[in-house]
Amino acid sequence: MQVNENFKPVIVAFCCNWCSYAGADLSGTNRLNYPANVKIIRVPCSCRVNPMFILRAFQKGADGVIICGCHPGDCHYTSGNYFTRRRITLLYSMLDFLGIERKRTRLEWVSAAEGAKFASVMEQFVSDVQKLGPNRRLEDLRCRKQ
Amino acid sequence: MQRIGVFVCHCGTNIAATVDVKAVAEALGHEAGVVISQDYQYMCSESGQNLVKNAIKEHKLTGVVVCSCSPRMHENTFRKAAASAGLNPYLVEIANIREQCSWIHKDIASATEKAIILGRAAIAKVHLNTPLTSMESPVVKRALVIGGGIAGIQTALDIAEAGFEVDIVEKEPTIGGKMAQIDKTFPTLDCAACILTPKMVEASQNEKITIHSFSEVSDVKGFVGNFTVTIKKKARYVDETKCTGCGLCTEKCPMKKVPNEFNMGLDNRRAVYIPFAQAVPKVATIDPNYCMMLKNGKCGVCSKVCSAGAIDYKQTDRFVEQKYGAIVVATGFNPIKLDKYDEFAYSYCPDVVTSLELERLMNAAGPNGGTLLRPSDKTHPHTIVFVQCVGSRCDDGKGKQYCSKICCMYTAKHAMLIREKYPDTEVYVFYIDVRTPGKNFDEFYRRAVEQYNVHYIKGMVGKVSPKADGKIDVQASDLLAGEQLHINADMVVLAAAIEPDKTARPLATMLTTQMDTNDFFTEAHPKLRPVESATAGIFLSGACQGPKDIPETVAQASAAAAKAIGLLCKNSITCNPCVAHSDELMCNGCSACEKVCPYGAITYQDKEFRMPNRTTAVRRVASVNPAVCQGCGACTVACPSGAMDLNGFSNSQIMAEVDAICK
Repeated sequence: MQVNENFKPVIVAFCCNWCSYAGADLSGTNRLNYPANVKIIRVPCSCRVNPMFILRAFQKGADGVIICGCHPGDCHYTSGNYFTRRRITLLYSMLDFLGIERKRTRLEWVSAAEGAKFASVMEQFVSDVQKLGPNRRLEDLRCRKQ
Repeated sequence: MQRIGVFVCHCGTNIAATVDVKAVAEALGHEAGVVISQDYQYMCSESGQNLVKNAIKEHKLTGVVVCSCSPRMHENTFRKAAASAGLNPYLVEIANIREQCSWIHKDIASATEKAIILGRAAIAKVHLNTPLTSMESPVVKRALVIGGGIAGIQTALDIAEAGFEVDIVEKEPTIGGKMAQIDKTFPTLDCAACILTPKMVEASQNEKITIHSFSEVSDVKGFVGNFTVTIKKKARYVDETKCTGCGLCTEKCPMKKVPNEFNMGLDNRRAVYIPFAQAVPKVATIDPNYCMMLKNGKCGVCSKVCSAGAIDYKQTDRFVEQKYGAIVVATGFNPIKLDKYDEFAYSYCPDVVTSLELERLMNAAGPNGGTLLRPSDKTHPHTIVFVQCVGSRCDDGKGKQYCSKICCMYTAKHAMLIREKYPDTEVYVFYIDVRTPGKNFDEFYRRAVEQYNVHYIKGMVGKVSPKADGKIDVQASDLLAGEQLHINADMVVLAAAIEPDKTARPLATMLTTQMDTNDFFTEAHPKLRPVESATAGIFLSGACQGPKDIPETVAQASAAAAKAIGLLCKNSITCNPCVAHSDELMCNGCSACEKVCPYGAITYQDKEFRMPNRTTAVRRVASVNPAVCQGCGACTVACPSGAMDLNGFSNSQIMAEVDAICK
């Protein structure tokens, strides 16, 4: 497949306040590099991420959405990330139905101590989405930049 | 119309080196609703904060966006600054352009572009922010300690010392726990009872402390500062208020063949019993499984001999309800059951004992009056083999993966005590590693090896087989010498792994606290908050949180007490206002939110609603208790009608951020 080097995917990352957002901060503190396409939205827990937000992002022109939460068993709210895991599994079957590549949505567990993991996960995710090319399937053309 | 102020921080060169802050301030100044956009060297400094405060007053701002470091760093600083200038603190949003932008990227153009987008997302969010006020919730000035071992006693004493009422709930007829069963303590070899029983008496005599012995927690409701706990006082068939503890009933009871749990079943007690001489409270208890009067109505000897008239065969379980501000869990540990370890012959050979049984065998108040004799034929053992790590550090799924921590030290203690008292007895210890971290611990172990000539052999015991002549063949390997050994032993002592008490898991469910896979309670932070649970108002004390020796248990007990006192000192607590709330007009009462709430914060109420044509209708709607809700937002996603939303992270706010980023 031809990879368009000039294509700069728009990536939305949802990070839980307790683990992954702190992990993202840590990768900054350690000056670890990852692509600037990733924009982080802070949520209290990964279970706050309504699948609707993910669909909205795709509709508005995002090329990839990544949700980061605490590792299973480490959720600050006891069980929030288990809900997320199930909801994302269900969302995958819906995205399959809509014809959106699974690789555009990703769920990752990043702890507050895993700054390096956060950077490498973002690097990997951006390159995966880069290979897929722009998201055209769900994008609302009325929202497209003029 | 919103009036938003944007403040972009240079953070010295931390941000300004890779982000063109002037350009960011300029670009964000053109966003809708933004009335002032400034940059400054250090926004968190006194003068930087004054800049924000003055702008709030001067421009009558309705929202503030600070583009600076992570909100985890300075969100509170700017919220306080806004509050002091008369703006609700929850109308401040932070765009993280340091940790998540300037420190990540090297290219100025792309970093500046990203900073602008992050700023836009924060502006989009702050447009939808609503003023929030923290609720105050009163604190009941009384603490509950669950478990009356040394951890619970120490916690209760410390809390009572600070002047607060404390209740101890203990499931056994007496407080004291495991420490009461121990003979001597390492590394000083003090007698455990001599240091424990004065504390037990102190607890019983302290007027601030109420001891509910032979009781269990049956229900917990409420939240930090305001728990309502139901305590089940099990029927002991003896009136606690009348019994004087004279013990006459325990001498006259004809039912003599009841295994004595306090002596690990190595001798017998009567059906009516006082666990041990220094029990607190010193009150008799009738065991309904063995009492002939309770089983078939024939006997009644104890009632006849009791001059106080304390025996009450008709007593039933009683339930007491009490309110507490703080709860300390001190449920402790038990040695594991050894039924999966048949290679050590524990189930069928009486001379294979666990370490806790050995404590009782060696104790002056134990079954042999302190003389170490083999349980089978009451002869003096000449060769004793200790097996370490029975069920600890196991990968095979039979035992526990963790190290039980205390076994190395108590085995060294046992070996030393035996060699001291019976120099003709040879003692062998088979170990994987000897772990002795702790003050004076390694010196203690070295003394056992060097001064008392205990034979420490690195290697595991493969099989223990009782022989016809009463001896026990111990087959083991010596890993350092690389050879197989057969030891003709008289007794074998197994250092059984320890595990949390069985009551811990149902209790954790009632308290909505977290547990690890081994059923140990999980602390809020493994390093920085080791005595608090993640659930506010619940504290952890002793071995219920992980294997611990006595000094560590006492240290943690006092730490938990200090945390509980810190909570009880407050007249009221401020709750996080970023909690869920339900729109009653949209709620259809489906219970989806209640099922996902990990804190039990959601209840249902029947409410009357005005309907068309001047009629009313009663509908079942969800309502969130803001003092219990921790604000995870699980319910907001579960809600099919969109009635549930989260303050501070509402659906529309997050959508606005998504839109701003994707634009």
